[in-house]
Amino acid sequence: MARKLPHVDVVLVGFGWTAAILAQELTDEGLTVLAIERGAWRDTPTDFPPTVAPDELRWYWRKEMFQNNARDTITFRNNRSQTALPMRRWGSFLPGEGVGGASVHWNGQTWRFLPSDFIAASHNRERYGELPEGMTVQDFGVTYAELEPHFDRFEKLCGIGGKAGNLNGQIQDGGNPFEGPRSSEYPNPPMHMTFAQHQFAKATAELGLKPFPGPSANMSRPYTNPLGCQLGPCSYCGFCEKYGCGNYSKASVQTTILPVLIQKPNFTLKTHNEVLHVNLDKSRTRATGVRHVDVQGNEYDQPADLVILCAYQTNNTRLMMLSGIGEIYNPATGQGLVGKNYCYQIMSSADVFFEDKYTNEFAGAGALGMVVDEYNGDNFDHSGLGFIGGGYIANWTTNARPIESQPVPEGTPSWGSAWKKAMAENFLKATSVGAHGASMAYANNYLDLDPTYKDAYGRPLMRMTYDFTPNDVAMSAFLTERMKEIAERMGGREIKLNLRDGPYDSMPYQTTHNTGGTIMGTNPSNSVVNRYLQSWDVPNLFVMGAGVFPQNAGYNPTGTVAALTYWAAAAIRSQYLRSPGPLVQA
Amino acid sequence: MTAFAMLLLGSAPAPLAAQESSFSQVERGRYAVATGNCQGCHTIPGEVPFSGGRGLETPFGTIYAPNITFDEDTGLGLWSKDEFYRAMHEGIARDGSRLYPAFPYPHFTKMPRDEVDAVYDYLASLPRVRKEKPENDLPVPLNWRFALRFWNWMFFEPGEFQPDPTRSAEWNRGAYLVEGPAHCAGCHTEKNLAGADKEAQHLKGGNLENWAAPSIRGGTHGGLEKWSEDEIVEYLRGGRNAHTAAFSTMAEVIELSTQHFTEADLKAIAVYLKDLESDEREEPEEADASVLAAGEAIYLDNCNACHVSDGSGVPRFFAPLAGSGKVNDPDPTTVVRVILQGARSVPTKVHPSPLSMPAYDWKLTDEQIAAVATYVRASWGNRGSPVTADEVGELREALKE
Amino acid sequence: MAGWKLSRRGFLTSTLITTTALLVPGAFARTISGEVPWLPGRANLPPAYPDLRFFTTAERSCIDAIIARLIPTDETGAGAREAGVTDFIDSQLAGFYGKGERWYMQGPFADEKLDTQGYQSEQPPAQLYRDAIEALDAHCEQTLGSVFARLEENQQDEILKRLEEGDLELDGVSAKAFFDLVLENTIEGFFSDPIYGGNRDMVGWKLVGFPGARYDYRDYLDHNGEPVILEPVGLKGRPAWTPA
Ligand SMILES: Cc1cc2nc3c(=O)[nH]c(=O)nc-3n(C[C@H](O)[C@H](O)[C@H](O)COP(=O)(O)OP(=O)(O)OC[C@H]3O[C@@H](n4cnc5c(N)ncnc54)[C@H](O)[C@@H]3O)c2cc1C
Ligand code: SF4
Repeated sequence: MARKLPHVDVVLVGFGWTAAILAQELTDEGLTVLAIERGAWRDTPTDFPPTVAPDELRWYWRKEMFQNNARDTITFRNNRSQTALPMRRWGSFLPGEGVGGASVHWNGQTWRFLPSDFIAASHNRERYGELPEGMTVQDFGVTYAELEPHFDRFEKLCGIGGKAGNLNGQIQDGGNPFEGPRSSEYPNPPMHMTFAQHQFAKATAELGLKPFPGPSANMSRPYTNPLGCQLGPCSYCGFCEKYGCGNYSKASVQTTILPVLIQKPNFTLKTHNEVLHVNLDKSRTRATGVRHVDVQGNEYDQPADLVILCAYQTNNTRLMMLSGIGEIYNPATGQGLVGKNYCYQIMSSADVFFEDKYTNEFAGAGALGMVVDEYNGDNFDHSGLGFIGGGYIANWTTNARPIESQPVPEGTPSWGSAWKKAMAENFLKATSVGAHGASMAYANNYLDLDPTYKDAYGRPLMRMTYDFTPNDVAMSAFLTERMKEIAERMGGREIKLNLRDGPYDSMPYQTTHNTGGTIMGTNPSNSVVNRYLQSWDVPNLFVMGAGVFPQNAGYNPTGTVAALTYWAAAAIRSQYLRSPGPLVQA
Repeated sequence: MTAFAMLLLGSAPAPLAAQESSFSQVERGRYAVATGNCQGCHTIPGEVPFSGGRGLETPFGTIYAPNITFDEDTGLGLWSKDEFYRAMHEGIARDGSRLYPAFPYPHFTKMPRDEVDAVYDYLASLPRVRKEKPENDLPVPLNWRFALRFWNWMFFEPGEFQPDPTRSAEWNRGAYLVEGPAHCAGCHTEKNLAGADKEAQHLKGGNLENWAAPSIRGGTHGGLEKWSEDEIVEYLRGGRNAHTAAFSTMAEVIELSTQHFTEADLKAIAVYLKDLESDEREEPEEADASVLAAGEAIYLDNCNACHVSDGSGVPRFFAPLAGSGKVNDPDPTTVVRVILQGARSVPTKVHPSPLSMPAYDWKLTDEQIAAVATYVRASWGNRGSPVTADEVGELREALKE
Repeated sequence: MAGWKLSRRGFLTSTLITTTALLVPGAFARTISGEVPWLPGRANLPPAYPDLRFFTTAERSCIDAIIARLIPTDETGAGAREAGVTDFIDSQLAGFYGKGERWYMQGPFADEKLDTQGYQSEQPPAQLYRDAIEALDAHCEQTLGSVFARLEENQQDEILKRLEEGDLELDGVSAKAFFDLVLENTIEGFFSDPIYGGNRDMVGWKLVGFPGARYDYRDYLDHNGEPVILEPVGLKGRPAWTPA
């Protein structure tokens, strides 16, 4: 029997980036807010200080901070004719777990999607005609202009370092000329570039491209955010992506929000409590709260007026399915929306090996890099290319951690003396140029519940059916060619291309940029949530995260995820609380 | 924060006293209570403010602070204003027995009667909590309160603060706060064998509960010689300034007490402290070159990520070590302890982030901690004497309790 | 290694002794409000238990032979054997990793899997090693007349290549899964922090020039393509930390 707990105004499921933003916004409104997180309490000085943070085996290879596969994982197959098998350990992506979620161990590459990304369907149709058969790309239902102030808030919260390329419509030297107009400059200057970035900047400029510094949530200098929270300067420790930051220099829930939020009497955080599902009333159009269970196995019913899913894209989608909200997508019939338009990212790269120059990439940071954006989104003419979308091409120096980073030239065996020699010769003398490819929605890439495999509580795991699409493969090939031209000019002895062509492999790490499944849109027949991220079926339920993206753009998602969160929070504060109910009439 | 929440929520029925005293009187009392940091000793962190029970470790044993809410059985509920004043002014309890000077009546005696009455009114306005305090844990003869008579005769002179007419009003206000309610000497003055302040050492630094409290004299050769008045104010307000960050006991003092002071009062304190000259320091002993070399290696591999390779730190974020009063303190206890256990910069309204240093006790041996402490005490213009592995080992043991 | 006073053994034992006192409390549900919790002297310490053992003597010698071929001792310097990779793998398999405690190990286990579906063996890592070593040694004895560890180096390389390419069948266990795991663990043991028992004397890091568990490179960002020479450091230090 679940024990009934005292009522709160708002319950947030999970406590990562999106939940922390909402908690801060909604407690400011005077609401009592409870966040329920299934992972552990964790904080900088005890859990990932510099005394323990630089430990490759523990954090990445033994995955101490990521979602515990033993309890809950995802089954995977490339297409519907195959049998999905559980990801017994994470590989291609690494969902976060514990206080702060993935904000603790993200890189901090903090982007705004392009204005055209939000209207991908109508924009591309208008410019290039009908979308190909099977492609289910659609518009977000919200525009870049509407989100601009919210992007701005997140960048100031995080102390993003960068260089504006478009200030109120004025193109700025040294920034990204393709970005949407921004209302203000980044709050901090760009990161301190190293040798590899200088080579990349030179090569791209020679090719007539416009290199600019990647926007970084690693602090380029000490920063105090508008809430008063302090972030130290990044020390380029090289244990950033997949690691907690030991010296408070990466924007995370812990560094940007928690110190202020935790002091509010109307905020409470519960850890090691997993939300099992959203409770609905008899009409199934109203959420009454959530059912959760603590690690000791005690079950509780937490009543609330407003339930907001902040459990990351994969878990939000599954919670919708397990709660029986909306219909699960079925590609055979095209019916149902929950689980539809699952998208990812397609990454390829070109390694550059120098003969007598040292890149010393151990001195790096999660978002230290130079970028060109000429081949992203619709920044270039796609006529006759056979695909839409694109991606940024960047030279990031995030790390050189030797278990993970093994830059060896083409043709090197994977073990033995030749491998060892190649490692010894190239480890400090290589860098990599990467293309961050978009991922377009197709009818046959989707999420649903697995018929066979169960989680620790005996409930179905989520099943992922996904493969790279013809659009993405063509796009990636195009980007890889562009990348090759750049890499060849960077002054190295040789390069090695790492194409992404075969079927999508669930094991080698690419990115934790899973999108779709709870997509947003203009009406209940094409989306799970409306433009304010409010469930069409259950108006006192909101769903955050990249699950609402109808397809993924050629950038890292979190800037846009956070802007949408602020946007939804503003709608809740200014509209929903005044008259609770649907914010968009169906 | 819990205090704040309690005030807002007012879990107990509003006590009679609160209705009797005017709002401004209660407010005056609230401020006076903040200047005296009553909450610090009279509250177990996380429990209802002023409900007592917190143990104070003195060299003589543990003394538990009583419940000072107005519960009739376990608190001050039956005390009259006169009785309360007598306690504050003379250190005598309601039943006539003498209070231990861990209760800083030698300082509170400087407070004028109306100020003490305001404190009474404020405490009386708080929700009443029923809570017994544990018995003090003191060896004979100290638990024999009669001995206190002797102590008082030796070391205590009751009497309200007398302003020095040759000084500014501001200076006098500062002197009153420092020597009176704020009782800075409680930590920052070395004690004699009987636990009383050594007068010649006034505010030149002390050691208690295994922390070294630095000199806070601001004149020539004083611990705050390099601090400007504004920097003192900034520190007492926000817990951080260009020189340092507060942690441990001082963190609590700032959190519960000084961050709530008026700007004028903080300024007055600064003016007073800056006026206190001190004695020239002895030259430190030379450190062994091999110890310094090891210390430097440890420093560069562990400490630079926050304190920066040249010891400059990141002012107001990560404490600078170059020129730091704590690092240069003749008594290395604090430096060594912070390396062993870590420390947390106090979160304040100005600086809510509890930036913290991690513990190194599992990572570094006594010899290594001594080496790195010696290195930081001897580098970048610092003048602290070397630390030995034995000193580290003793503190490590002492902290295990 | 001038000045390195502690023996490796003493060094590791001292890690163990000092760490036990400091472990943060395990998993329990908490309600947090009011203040960011913090306690002095608490650290979430690395799960290092380099002296734990899983292998039998025969298993150890088989793995020792395999890892010595995967990262051989040669003209570029010390290999996996000198780095203590066998000890590393042994202790890892004896702990939570070997038991697959953080892996999803519920059935059913498929007979067939796609290359894109990752590890799908029924055995958690330690058991996979055990079964595979037994089958491998049996295979070697049958076809070449002696267990793997006693074969000539070129014979060993030949077998490893076939394991890698998946053209050697082992009884009751996926040869490819085994090979992939051993290679992965060997690289881990060669390059992970010495507190885990491998990368002894930081030989792996020295080979490639990785400076180890450092946390601040601000002073070197303007290297401009020149080498940055820094002695490697482990989580528990380097020789220079001890006064000469
Ligand atoms: C290694 C890595 C690098 C990344 N780098 C970048 C980058 O450079 N740029 C970028 O834009 N993005 C990056 N990301 C992605 C970014 O971290 C996420 O987009 C962001 O954290 C998503 O926020 P969220 O609130 O949706 O989920 P999260 O921050 O992951 O938080 C979700 C929380 O919900 C909890 N939870 C899940 N299920 C339940 C349940 N049933 N009950 C209770 N709690 C639950 C989880 O434990 C978790 O703590 C990276 C991610 C990873 C893993
Ligand atoms: S690279 Fe910078 S931001 Fe990232 S973990 Fe290291 S110090 Fe922190």
